[in-house]
Amino acid sequence: MRLDEIVRALGLEILTPVADLSRTVDNGYTGDLLSDVLAGARSGDLWTTIQRHANVVAVAKVTGIAAIVIAGGARPSGDVLQKAEAEGVPILATPDPLFAITGRIHRLLFPEEG
Amino acid sequence: MPRLAFSVTAGDVETSGSASEEIASRVRALGIEEGLARRAGIVAFEGEMNLMLYAKSGGTVTVEILPEALEIVVEDNGPGIDDIELAMTPGFSTAPEWAIELGFGAGMGLVNMKNNSDHFEITSQPGDGTRIRCRIDRRTHAA
Repeated sequence: MRLDEIVRALGLEILTPVADLSRTVDNGYTGDLLSDVLAGARSGDLWTTIQRHANVVAVAKVTGIAAIVIAGGARPSGDVLQKAEAEGVPILATPDPLFAITGRIHRLLFPEEG
Repeated sequence: MPRLAFSVTAGDVETSGSASEEIASRVRALGIEEGLARRAGIVAFEGEMNLMLYAKSGGTVTVEILPEALEIVVEDNGPGIDDIELAMTPGFSTAPEWAIELGFGAGMGLVNMKNNSDHFEITSQPGDGTRIRCRIDRRTHAA
């Protein structure tokens, strides 16, 4: 499913207006431990986390993650958002807690699993 | 573009990660297969975070792009690792509380570096420094 369709369907807030939302999202990964995300996330995943410092951009860039969804209403600093735009990593935000947004994304990507 | 070198500042969370980003971008720009770019990026990122978190005066990450392999060397001037076997144990970490809250210190950094390398070598002298050399063969498609 295209990233911009997911953004619309879930009412996610786009914090990086310049970043490209036309990428296809295949799957998702949830985690706050950066090494765990590096080991487990795949290219094209949507990454849900509560982390919001500059290194999330590096983790996304290295793994080829399609976008970062920051849960729980947290917001990165302007510097982090600028860096994300420069690196072409979309950052999205939601007031939903991590558990809820992960479930909503899963339902959207894998409706047959309920 | 056979060799890229970056210096990493100790304790600087906000600028750390930029070396790995650039390494991943430059490797991809060379048309190197995505799986290899990802592995090189993971190795560089974990190395970079170790320098940022633990090296007393930061250190360097060097990437050499060879026809047969990508070679990443991470070096610092101390404090060095007392027990390498213990440091390599999944889950073992000496990260401070502030770093754990930021999602570091999972005790998976060195393990991730090893798992994403075809050849992994670590040497360390307590009080002196640590050198990690990771080689990723361009002909294999592991990890």
